[in-house]
Amino acid sequence: MSEELLAHYRQMQLIRRVEEEAARAYLAGKIGGFLHLYIGQEAVAVGSESAIRKTDWMIQTYRDHGHALVRGTSARAIMAELFGKDTGVSRGLGGSMHMFDAEHRFLGGHGIVGGHIALGSGAAFRCKYLKTEEVVLCFFGDGATPIGGFHEGLTLAAIWKLPIVFVCENNHYSMGTPMERTNPTSDVTLKGAGYGMATDRFEGHDVEVVVERMKAAVARARRGEGPTLVEILTYRFRGHSMSDPGKYRTADEVEEMKRTRDPVKIARERLLARGVAEEALATIDAAIEAEVADAVAFAESAPPATAEQMRQTVLAPSVAYPPRFDGAHAPFTVDAAPQADAQQGGR
Amino acid sequence: MAKIVGLPKLSPTMEEGTLAKWVKKEGDALAVDDLVAEVETDKATMEWRALDKGVLLKILVPEGTTLKPDQPVAIIGNAGEDISALVAQASGGASAPSDAGPAAAPESGSRAPVSGPASGSGSPAPVSGSGSGPGPGSASGSPAPESGRVAASPLVRKLARENDIDLRTVTGTGPHGRIIKRDLDGAEHGTASKAAAAAPKSSATFAFSGGASGSFERLEPVRQPVSQMRKVIARRLTESKQTVPHFYLTIDVDAQPLLDARAVINTQLEESGVKISVNDLIVKACAIALRRVPECNASFMGTELLFHQVVDISVAVAVPDGLLTPVVRDADKKGVAAISAEIKELAGRAKNKKLKPEEMQNGTFSISNLGMFGIENFSAVINPPEGAILAVGTVRDEPIVKDGAIVAGKRMRMTLSCDHRVVDGAVGAKYLAALKKILEAPISMIV
Amino acid sequence: MRELTYRDALNEAIAEEMVRDPNVFLMGEEVGYYQGAYKVTRGLIEKFGPERVIDTPIAESGFAGVGVGAAMTGLRPIIEFMTWNFSFVAIDQIINSAAKMLQMSAGQFKIPIVFRGPNATARQVGSQHSHSVDAVYANFPGLYVVYPSTARDAKGLLKMAIRDDNPVVFLEGETLYGQKGEVPDADADEVIEFGKARIAREGKDVTVVTWGRPYVGVLEVAHELEAEGISCEVIDPRTLRPLDHGTIIESVKKTNRCVVVHEHWPYGGPGAEIVDRVQREAFDHLDSPVLRATNLDVPMPYAVGLENEVIVSKDRIKQTILKSLYKS
Repeated sequence: MSEELLAHYRQMQLIRRVEEEAARAYLAGKIGGFLHLYIGQEAVAVGSESAIRKTDWMIQTYRDHGHALVRGTSARAIMAELFGKDTGVSRGLGGSMHMFDAEHRFLGGHGIVGGHIALGSGAAFRCKYLKTEEVVLCFFGDGATPIGGFHEGLTLAAIWKLPIVFVCENNHYSMGTPMERTNPTSDVTLKGAGYGMATDRFEGHDVEVVVERMKAAVARARRGEGPTLVEILTYRFRGHSMSDPGKYRTADEVEEMKRTRDPVKIARERLLARGVAEEALATIDAAIEAEVADAVAFAESAPPATAEQMRQTVLAPSVAYPPRFDGAHAPFTVDAAPQADAQQGGR
Repeated sequence: MAKIVGLPKLSPTMEEGTLAKWVKKEGDALAVDDLVAEVETDKATMEWRALDKGVLLKILVPEGTTLKPDQPVAIIGNAGEDISALVAQASGGASAPSDAGPAAAPESGSRAPVSGPASGSGSPAPVSGSGSGPGPGSASGSPAPESGRVAASPLVRKLARENDIDLRTVTGTGPHGRIIKRDLDGAEHGTASKAAAAAPKSSATFAFSGGASGSFERLEPVRQPVSQMRKVIARRLTESKQTVPHFYLTIDVDAQPLLDARAVINTQLEESGVKISVNDLIVKACAIALRRVPECNASFMGTELLFHQVVDISVAVAVPDGLLTPVVRDADKKGVAAISAEIKELAGRAKNKKLKPEEMQNGTFSISNLGMFGIENFSAVINPPEGAILAVGTVRDEPIVKDGAIVAGKRMRMTLSCDHRVVDGAVGAKYLAALKKILEAPISMIV
Repeated sequence: MRELTYRDALNEAIAEEMVRDPNVFLMGEEVGYYQGAYKVTRGLIEKFGPERVIDTPIAESGFAGVGVGAAMTGLRPIIEFMTWNFSFVAIDQIINSAAKMLQMSAGQFKIPIVFRGPNATARQVGSQHSHSVDAVYANFPGLYVVYPSTARDAKGLLKMAIRDDNPVVFLEGETLYGQKGEVPDADADEVIEFGKARIAREGKDVTVVTWGRPYVGVLEVAHELEAEGISCEVIDPRTLRPLDHGTIIESVKKTNRCVVVHEHWPYGGPGAEIVDRVQREAFDHLDSPVLRATNLDVPMPYAVGLENEVIVSKDRIKQTILKSLYKS
């Protein structure tokens, strides 16, 4: 058990350190636009990834650095993307909010709240249409639950019993407005009843809890029993974005949450309690420092995003005319029975 | 079935025409090809002949009316048909002038920049038709001052650039006087210029009433509509003078050999009744000289130069209200007698305005001779796109020095106006030298 | 060649492409058991089953988004909007998701999807159901906007749309569904490339560019004007993005005049885009201003008399052409 927790600790620490360095670069003017940090919520992404297979899919909002990292995108590719470089995961065309990684089946960070929820349902529709065993994890915040896209995305997934888990990362603030002013109930999962959907609700600061509870929802999807609405209570330690002064909550509240519900701290303390040596953690931390420093140096020296790439990706090249049919134009091959990660998800 | 007949478009460049004379009258039967009326166009007085047989039921416009092609002029049908509806339609739909004044251009009222507030500042209103009001310049008989921007379509501007057309001399018929492509038809083909480019002459037909008293300070000028021919002359001469860089070369020749040759030839031809003129000889000499100096037989066309391989001489002919330039084709190849006969015939029909447009088009070189008026020397305006025009003065008696002694001599002065874009000074000079050599040894013309 | 209605030509295109490629599926309101609100999808559920012909609830944003998500992951959805008026509640999916995905993912995620349905005025259905949305969607890079005017083009262009790897906004003239035209046999497998205008009628005096519903009226007017000695060259761009402006420019260089006739409102849109390109690229060839005949710039009224006034009419088309020729 310690070994898996050690891996989770490593991932959470990597997310945090990458984002802290991103914030530093932002303040130095090297990153522009929006930068939404995930710091404080790391256990949700890390625990969820641990509950699925590499052949499964993930789709997220604009707070997407952590999710890309857990899927397998390198710190280098993420930092270079933030720096607007050609070596970024979206080659400098996406930016902080639009990390896409087809190789790792990360369907991207999306900038319109609620807009990507039906996309997640669509990916799940595809999994069912092609009769795969793959499932989709679709993440969004508590701020997305009042919007129509949430309702329609969940409705269609429910009536068609699509293999998807809707994960509401409830960090209690819809940007700067607290939950009690944006939702008629404080419990998002109450909405699941309207969709006839299974639900689960739990605190997500402890990565091990996230892993276990998410596995159950994923298994339900993989069995063909349809979607689950999971609400994971979490907390972001930073502002909504870099420009958020955070006046809507008190410093005491933030300090209290950091003291009692910091997922990295919780994991670290549990590892020490389980007998993992301080030195072992220090070694991991040092390796992460080196990885992050390398990512920043890589991003700094990378070539800028190119106009050529920008122009080439407005539209995909035309199919040969008259078109030659070569089967599915799918960018992904359908793997009916993925074995490699089979033990990671399911029962 | 009766129908309204519009003014026929009798030349490719006809923008408007004046119904000069009704040959048939109401009730007359028409056979195909019967002469119905005569129409004065920008080029000539043209015959309008019937295309269908029938009866001229109604004449819609009086003689002297100026109209655009296709505007209703008559109703033709079968005898006894009820044409009241057609008459109503024609009078309602057509812009036939209600005041029916002679040659009142139908558009004179509607365009009328002369009455606008801008008239004082000289708005672009070249040749706006009949004298419907005291427009600027009409009192003095000079064109309205040109200033400001000319409204023209982009296509027209392009064509003007390519063909060196001065748009200030073109009348626009589009909205707000915009010059549109059809307005360029004459200018574009350079045909209208033939009539205009010969030397301006004082052949004005203005008759100043009371002029005999020697004082007309208190008398209003006589107003006369601008004829089609006058419009063209105005436009083309202005264009030529403003856009063609003229320069002038004058040479004095010994006319005695020419006079001697004419005497010999006329003696020989006496029985046939043919009598050639000095001018006929000059036309022939000019044609031969063009063969010898072909660089002078040329046109500047904007993007290219044309060096003509034929010698077609335009001869300026004064007619009662203007001038025309019939063309003697292949003058270099024709004998003097043939040239003489041809010029006489062409000039005769020019005076009666019976020339066909094609008989006045596409010359390569012009000659204007005012010698018969005693003019010693003058400079003519080039007839674009021709590259040069020769202005011929009178033959004068003058003491000359010959073999060291002063003797009585016959001299004639000629001035060549050249378009410097295609004919340079040395070329023009070379041409005049060649011409002088021929004129002073006419026998060489038979070589 | 046999005759088909525009409606049946579309039906054939969908059916042929679904046979050809198992990843093609059809989704929308009433497309299955109801046989299609406008009967374009008639018989398809019997042929392909409910797994591939999928009835949806009234949730345009939802099923448009499902289509984009499915396209991201390799399927080739055909999403039917019962009418394009309803696409406005799904516009986020068409523009923010479909049109942007390829570029913001640096080419990693193609969106081979067709959004299709009836467009423009249907007659007396009031202001909310009478939009011609070509002007809306043609504004966005990352989309193809296709608007066939004939049965043959409807079939050939829809087959192309389904085979193309990009999101296609496929607009069908609601009043064109019943129009008959010659269509090649199914085994001809005619696929019409995007960005190729069709010269519907050759002429020399004025170039008339039109597409969609007014196309029929323009051809009738051109025929009438022929009798008056006016020769109209009628060009149907067929796709508004990409726009085959080369064919239009060449024609204008010949005729020196251009009239654009369309049903979208006059403010902006492909109509204005064509005018812009003509004035830029054929400036020196224009003998008169480029003119447009369009719907009046008001929301569509219900009363039939008012509606007739608003819709671009044959008379408005004719008067505009005459004006460009300085004949009115």
